[in-house]
Amino acid sequence: MSNVGKPAPNKSGFSRRAFLKGSGAAAAASALATAPGVAEGAETSLVVGPGGSTITLDVNGQSHKLAVEPRTTLLEALRYGLNVTGPKPISVDGSSGGSTVLIDGKPASANSVLALDCVGKKIITAESLAGDKLDPVAEAFVHHDASQCGFCTPGFVIAVKAFLAKHPKATEAEIRAGLNGNLCRCGTYGNIIPAVLDVVKGAGNG
Amino acid sequence: MVEYVWPDRKDVSVLGGSHDKIDGPAKCTGTAKYSYDINPPKMAMARVLGCPHAHCKLKSIDTAAAEKIKGVVAVRALKNAGDEIKWQGDLIACVVGETDGAAVEGLAAIKAEYEPLDVFVDEEDLAAAEKAGRAKKGAGKVQLEKEPGDGEDEAEFEEKELARLFKEAAAVVDGYYGIRAITHMCLETHGSTAEWKDGKVTSHLSTQNVSGTAGQIGGPLGLTADDVTVHCDYIGGGFGSKFAADSWGVLAARLAKELDRPVKLMLDRDLELKIAGARPSGFANVKVGANSEGVLTVWDSHHWTTGGPEGGALSQDVMPYVIVPPNFRRKTTNVSTNTGPTRAWRAPNHPQGCALSQTAVDDVAAKLGMDSLEVFRRNLINVPEARRKLYEEEMTIAAKLMDWQAKWHPHGKGKANGSVVTGMGMAMHTWQGGGHPSSCRVKIHPDGGLECFLGSQDLGTGTRTVIATVLAETFGLPIDAVKVNIGSSKYPPSGPSGGSTTVGGVSESSRHAGLDALAQLNEKVAEKLGANADDLVAKGGRIFDKNDTNKGLAWKEACSLLGMNPLEVTSRGAPGRNSKLSSSGVGGVQMAEVAVDRETGEVRMKKFVAVQDMGLVVNRKTAESQILGALIMGIAFSLFEERIMDAKTGAFLNAEVADYKLPRLGDIGELVVEIYEPDEERARGVIGLGEPPVIGPGAAISNAVCNALGVRVPVLPMTPKQVLDTLKARNA
Amino acid sequence: MKAFEYASPRSEEEAVELLAHSGTSEVLAGGTDLMGLMKKMIITPDRVVSLSRVESLKAIQADSQMFRIGAMATLDDVLEHPATRNYPALLQALQAHGSLQMRSQGTLGGELCQRPRCWYFRNGNGLLTNRGRHVAEGDNRFHAILDNAGPAKFVCPSRVAPALIALSASVRVLGPEPGDETEMPLELLFRTPKHEGQREHDLLANQFVAQIVLPAVDGRLSASYEVHHDAGGQDYPLLAAAASLAMRGGVVADARIVLGQAAPTPWMSREAIDAIVGRPITPQTAEAAGEAAVSVATPLSHNEYKVQLAKVAVKRALLKAAGLETGGFC
Repeated sequence: MSNVGKPAPNKSGFSRRAFLKGSGAAAAASALATAPGVAEGAETSLVVGPGGSTITLDVNGQSHKLAVEPRTTLLEALRYGLNVTGPKPISVDGSSGGSTVLIDGKPASANSVLALDCVGKKIITAESLAGDKLDPVAEAFVHHDASQCGFCTPGFVIAVKAFLAKHPKATEAEIRAGLNGNLCRCGTYGNIIPAVLDVVKGAGNG
Repeated sequence: MVEYVWPDRKDVSVLGGSHDKIDGPAKCTGTAKYSYDINPPKMAMARVLGCPHAHCKLKSIDTAAAEKIKGVVAVRALKNAGDEIKWQGDLIACVVGETDGAAVEGLAAIKAEYEPLDVFVDEEDLAAAEKAGRAKKGAGKVQLEKEPGDGEDEAEFEEKELARLFKEAAAVVDGYYGIRAITHMCLETHGSTAEWKDGKVTSHLSTQNVSGTAGQIGGPLGLTADDVTVHCDYIGGGFGSKFAADSWGVLAARLAKELDRPVKLMLDRDLELKIAGARPSGFANVKVGANSEGVLTVWDSHHWTTGGPEGGALSQDVMPYVIVPPNFRRKTTNVSTNTGPTRAWRAPNHPQGCALSQTAVDDVAAKLGMDSLEVFRRNLINVPEARRKLYEEEMTIAAKLMDWQAKWHPHGKGKANGSVVTGMGMAMHTWQGGGHPSSCRVKIHPDGGLECFLGSQDLGTGTRTVIATVLAETFGLPIDAVKVNIGSSKYPPSGPSGGSTTVGGVSESSRHAGLDALAQLNEKVAEKLGANADDLVAKGGRIFDKNDTNKGLAWKEACSLLGMNPLEVTSRGAPGRNSKLSSSGVGGVQMAEVAVDRETGEVRMKKFVAVQDMGLVVNRKTAESQILGALIMGIAFSLFEERIMDAKTGAFLNAEVADYKLPRLGDIGELVVEIYEPDEERARGVIGLGEPPVIGPGAAISNAVCNALGVRVPVLPMTPKQVLDTLKARNA
Repeated sequence: MKAFEYASPRSEEEAVELLAHSGTSEVLAGGTDLMGLMKKMIITPDRVVSLSRVESLKAIQADSQMFRIGAMATLDDVLEHPATRNYPALLQALQAHGSLQMRSQGTLGGELCQRPRCWYFRNGNGLLTNRGRHVAEGDNRFHAILDNAGPAKFVCPSRVAPALIALSASVRVLGPEPGDETEMPLELLFRTPKHEGQREHDLLANQFVAQIVLPAVDGRLSASYEVHHDAGGQDYPLLAAAASLAMRGGVVADARIVLGQAAPTPWMSREAIDAIVGRPITPQTAEAAGEAAVSVATPLSHNEYKVQLAKVAVKRALLKAAGLETGGFC
């Protein structure tokens, strides 16, 4: 390898590059992408944009069509395209953990993932934990008062779900070492630790 | 005649118990809707541009290019050519886009020219501030036991007397202490989603002040407060920074009106940190004298501080803090800096005052080689007599929970484990926390449904649950029988949530309204039962005659006596001197234990004990959470967070989450909370709790680090850099 | 973010082809760094080439000779792979990552290619602002203490590079032409830029890191040590060191000692290596190696404390590699 440190000349006109402007129907009203330039079939194209296109996202077990731009983050797609507002915008990158969702079962900050990269994947948000019977993690959070203002909580709860999936028998020390990707400003950490321990115990008994 | 009192401890059903927050499930499953989450159809997205310079004159602003960008709906210049800008991030322009992306591209296309002016942001450097003409003498006070003789010059006497007192002191500490400015970092940034319909505005505003902000929005738009509804079911953190509608809250409403469509305007994180409030810094030279027992006899301090461009900032009243020797002098200097203006931050002034002065108290203990706890205890002679016993008992409880006696070692004399040393420190604090004015409307439906309405808000303290607990207790019903409606300016007004006033305020008003409504219902029940209304008791889902418990009606039956129409009663609480429901004034003692790696300067929390009184406890669970949270916020400003400004340009360097250091779950150590509620405290009624426990951590943790290392790390936060720089200076 | 084209190659070759076009391109891996930079308009590419659908880049293969990790393998994928246990320095560097989201979402290639955390850079002042004067005269508490005489005063942010370099990793780089492929020692991926426009990674336009290759461990001892402000390791370390040692007859026969967060590149400390080779690992020799490592340090106005941290990190990494007590909280 010769490291000459000079940028290679840019090439133009990649043959398979395909702008798919003007085709397809405009998606339903959405604050994400303007109607003109909306294209279908982002799932299959090698290159899309910079205008909008219509994609399908699988969120909490349901399939949704929505219009996005290439720059639309998963978080924006969820919040403004689908009104799924559990994942929160807290930091410009993923450093607060506030937008944590599960993508194909793995935790990720929805605000640092492009919506187009999530086509064909299963997205799970905190909303999935609601229902007639509260999810055990959410229930433990409620019982231990592990939310104050609550803005970080949906991301935290999902992070705990992901953590416990890998560490179902986590010790207190492991919990303290393992849940540092989420920021809480009100100071609920002291309630979260016993909440997570409770879930671990419950799982052990069950 | 209704008597507004709380039931005795032995008679309560739910009051003072440990209850889950009724809105906990909504918060823990992401279904609670915050201002940021309100997305009406056809909503446009607004973005604002902050000035890149900390001090400049705006020479020109050109929005033409931005207006031409595809998807841009509107562009507004928010400053005019010629305007002086005094801090980085001050708002220059706003772009509204069909999408957020369009708004962002619009912002990038705005052309503004600036003429830079002199910048000053390093208020810790007092000499530089003076040289730059940025230092201004502030308020001060002298209090001496002796008075000058007839005809004696007061200033001369003051100097002479202080000199004499210091000369007579067995120990004199001459120290430098500091605490840097921090921001609020509300996880939901400031802002709103505004809707315009039929000549009226609805502002979904992220606010600590639901009842007080409608007028602030209506005024500039030429509307009455009636034409404005402020709505906020959930707020993602405020901490004192979200009392006002703010220019951006008004702007969103104005744009919604002008564009005739909903507009969302939330600040970006970096702008929030730059312009939406900070806590003033404080730096102090403190000289204290004590007798051989460690009791402070004399104090002489000068502190300097910044509140932003206008100076101001840290009050003189918190120096010295709680422990006030009979002779003291305090001076202040206010420094004007090109930093965003300060705002109230949980327990305004107190955390700084405590950190700047109870560190000096601990240095007296170090100097005399005495146990810090003993020195604090002996200095109770220097606290108001009415509170001595309280502090003394709280100290005893805290010491036991910390196992202070067994663990104590003199400053710097602990046994090291390799490079790691441990230490303990303590602090004590005070806060008023009287309830704010609040009104509550209680509505009893003929089918037994019970609702209440208050223009209050929930900062995360569990306001809804507190109200539900009070009304459940009042009507003898379970907590989940009460439907609590808060978060709208259309409800009976409540004060802003600040200064630990909410729980006192809403407990007062909901107890008043509840008892008033119950009295009316009891009239009907009494008639039906042939009993005396004054003898009726509501408990266990029934209303019955206390003289014959079999004589009664189930709650639903009682409510059916209302006929077709619900019973509505609106009452105002009456906090104040004559109230038996609430009062003000608390203490609180905290003890911290830390481990410090002398080689790396890393500080780790081992244990933190807080003993806190708050009068009568309404909901133990949320009260404990408040204290736990306060300790963690205290750990934050003691060890992690600070606003970092570029001295040359005045740029706020760490205004993103990734750069603004805050503790995470692994950083908190063991937290131990003890609520101190003996009968005589409970008898005082409800007192606010939000602020007090956030006051002590700075001093307690600094004292613990000092106890571990045997040297004072003078300025908070005590980062590895601060610790290593301190150790290096000592060894030099 | 500025509007951009999204390209989604399905193969390595397609990725190289899609990177080449008339405008600027960025490679998107896990997104934990690039997305924030694009939102702040620090980086404004015309095209983003997402590698998320190139399955071959996620592969991890281990045999007795080599441990090959695809650049799109996540940090968790690597952490959980059994072969990683043979490389304690790498394992420890990954374990120290305190954010489960970052580990789950961040990729090994992205971790190596993330941009500096320098707050002047992140606030839009450029990487080598005013030929470095901005940093030199500003708040440089987190900046470089080594190799900082030129305009570059930031530190390489990678938390795994010191370990990988200590373990003699190489990288397989694809491009600039389809079919082009180069393998080079990982340390050569990093450079200290001399002028604006030159990045801190020595890649040509249209090149990207496809694979990280570790040689067999061959009985070497290794360890990573990070000094942190926080206890949980979510934050970037203040300083880090990784060491790998070949021991013969109780003394160090060969050593690779690499400092992280200390220089614009992962910093191979010749001085520390010279100080330890030929000696046994003891608290005294480790301390001496730490002293040697910082003998050439040139701290800036606000970061002298990092010299002490570098000294301690080297000492503790050596002690840890040898299985001795490191001191500190561990």
